[in-house]
Amino acid sequence: MSTPAAIGNPALRDPHATRRLAAWAAALAIAWPMLSLSEFKPWALFGSGNLAVIGGFLAGFFPPDGSPAFLALLFKATLETLAMATAGTALALLIGAPLGFVTTRALSISRIGPGPGRVQAGVVRQAARWLLMVLRAIPEIVWALLFVRALGLGPASGVLALAITYGGMLGKVYAEILESADTRPARALLEGGSGRLAALCYGLLPNTAQELASYTVYRWECAVRASVVMGFVGAGGLGQLMDQSMKMLNGGEASSILLVFLALVLLADLLSSALRRLLA
Amino acid sequence: MSFALDAVGVIHPNGQRALAGVTLSARDGERIAVIGPSGAGKTTLLRVLGAALRPTEGEVQVLDAKPWQLPAAALKKLRARIGTVHQSPPIAPRLRVVTAVLAGRLGEWSTLRALGSLFHPSDIAGAHEALARLGLEERLFERCDRLSGGQLQRVGIARVLYQRPALLLADEPVSALDPTLADAAIGQLVAQSESTGATLIASLHAVDLALRWFPRIVGMRGGGVMFDLTADQVTPEMLDALYASEGGVARLQPQPAGAAMEPAFHRPDCP
Repeated sequence: MSTPAAIGNPALRDPHATRRLAAWAAALAIAWPMLSLSEFKPWALFGSGNLAVIGGFLAGFFPPDGSPAFLALLFKATLETLAMATAGTALALLIGAPLGFVTTRALSISRIGPGPGRVQAGVVRQAARWLLMVLRAIPEIVWALLFVRALGLGPASGVLALAITYGGMLGKVYAEILESADTRPARALLEGGSGRLAALCYGLLPNTAQELASYTVYRWECAVRASVVMGFVGAGGLGQLMDQSMKMLNGGEASSILLVFLALVLLADLLSSALRRLLA
Repeated sequence: MSFALDAVGVIHPNGQRALAGVTLSARDGERIAVIGPSGAGKTTLLRVLGAALRPTEGEVQVLDAKPWQLPAAALKKLRARIGTVHQSPPIAPRLRVVTAVLAGRLGEWSTLRALGSLFHPSDIAGAHEALARLGLEERLFERCDRLSGGQLQRVGIARVLYQRPALLLADEPVSALDPTLADAAIGQLVAQSESTGATLIASLHAVDLALRWFPRIVGMRGGGVMFDLTADQVTPEMLDALYASEGGVARLQPQPAGAAMEPAFHRPDCP
């Protein structure tokens, strides 16, 4: 482990070595009980009969259903899912961007110095952080169940559910992206008496636009997937179609739907890299 | 009175003392060079003067106001009247040069004008004029990450020239420039101070530049002011004492520090 020279000379000993070792040991000590608590036994997959069951289930998926009647249904459901994910993400952006702007410490004027109004600013930041936490703590599926009861079956409840949960996630991550970038340009502007919004646009956004855009597109991709789960509770789109196909044990239809998902994720990926190129 | 410091001391959060008992004041329009070895507290002094750092001890008065007793809005207005050239220019690399220069007046502009200027620069002529004074006008619409270190440093100076502050602080403003450019850049800062009546305080490592352009020289060492004299009162012995090695870093050339700077004293253009 350590060389004789290091033992002999205390100046050459890494003062952080013990702490690091302890951190690794703690991580292991915490992770191991988690694995047993979650009943993680992958070998059960290969137990007697289990593989046959999985195989039979998967065999039902081939070939994918390509009948014109189903494709028409699929097309309509895809549009509905896309609309739900896009509208949901756009609303989430409207919730998350202002809250992220309020929450981030990178744009704090009162921390310069430190100056006046530090306590109030801290309270506002903490309140916004708690609001973001509440928004994202409740899973979108729960919101969807709630809104389906209020608004009836259909994508509208999915849109609202996505907007609330994803607004909370976007706000948190936006604030953290802004803090992890080089904040000196923004700080220099604030020290020169500029406003927060101007400092954001001149000092932080030029460096973080790529990250912010790619996280937002990734969230849109997640929204596409989440809309499926919400479809199961009646929020429309591909999920509802998937629910029906699974209930009728129609594997062909299910695999067609999965292929559409693959295409949508691919689309999100292309969109993300195009945006990154544009903002580079 | 442009600024007045009274027994100002700064202890950083990590417990390190950066300034101790600094008492210093300047009249409006004065030009002061701050010289001294690395770690002497020059940057900290400028940050205190720029109302960017609240001192642990002592009284600060800048542009006839006590910044740390002002309400937030008045402090913001005060800061807009102070311009700083930073040691490494804090400019977002993806900004265009024109935008980086115009950012100098963000403290003065409304948010609406600031945002509008991102879509179409609201004062191209003004940015051009400031850049032309530093020989960079051809780079007006280029992105800052296409510039060399020296060019970027000049963009930082152009930003402050465009800002037209009442108190102009420059922290090592020419550290990345060759001697000719450095001389011209300092000349522009001095010209700005002369034409707008702004007080200019620059920390400099190049002692010859300090003595040539600045009537008043403040020597700093170990967080305190060692001397505060007119340029013609500064002697090579004082500089030797100012830059004397404390035995921290082994010296490669066993010659006194003043020897390397001596030519500066025999320049014909030195006042």
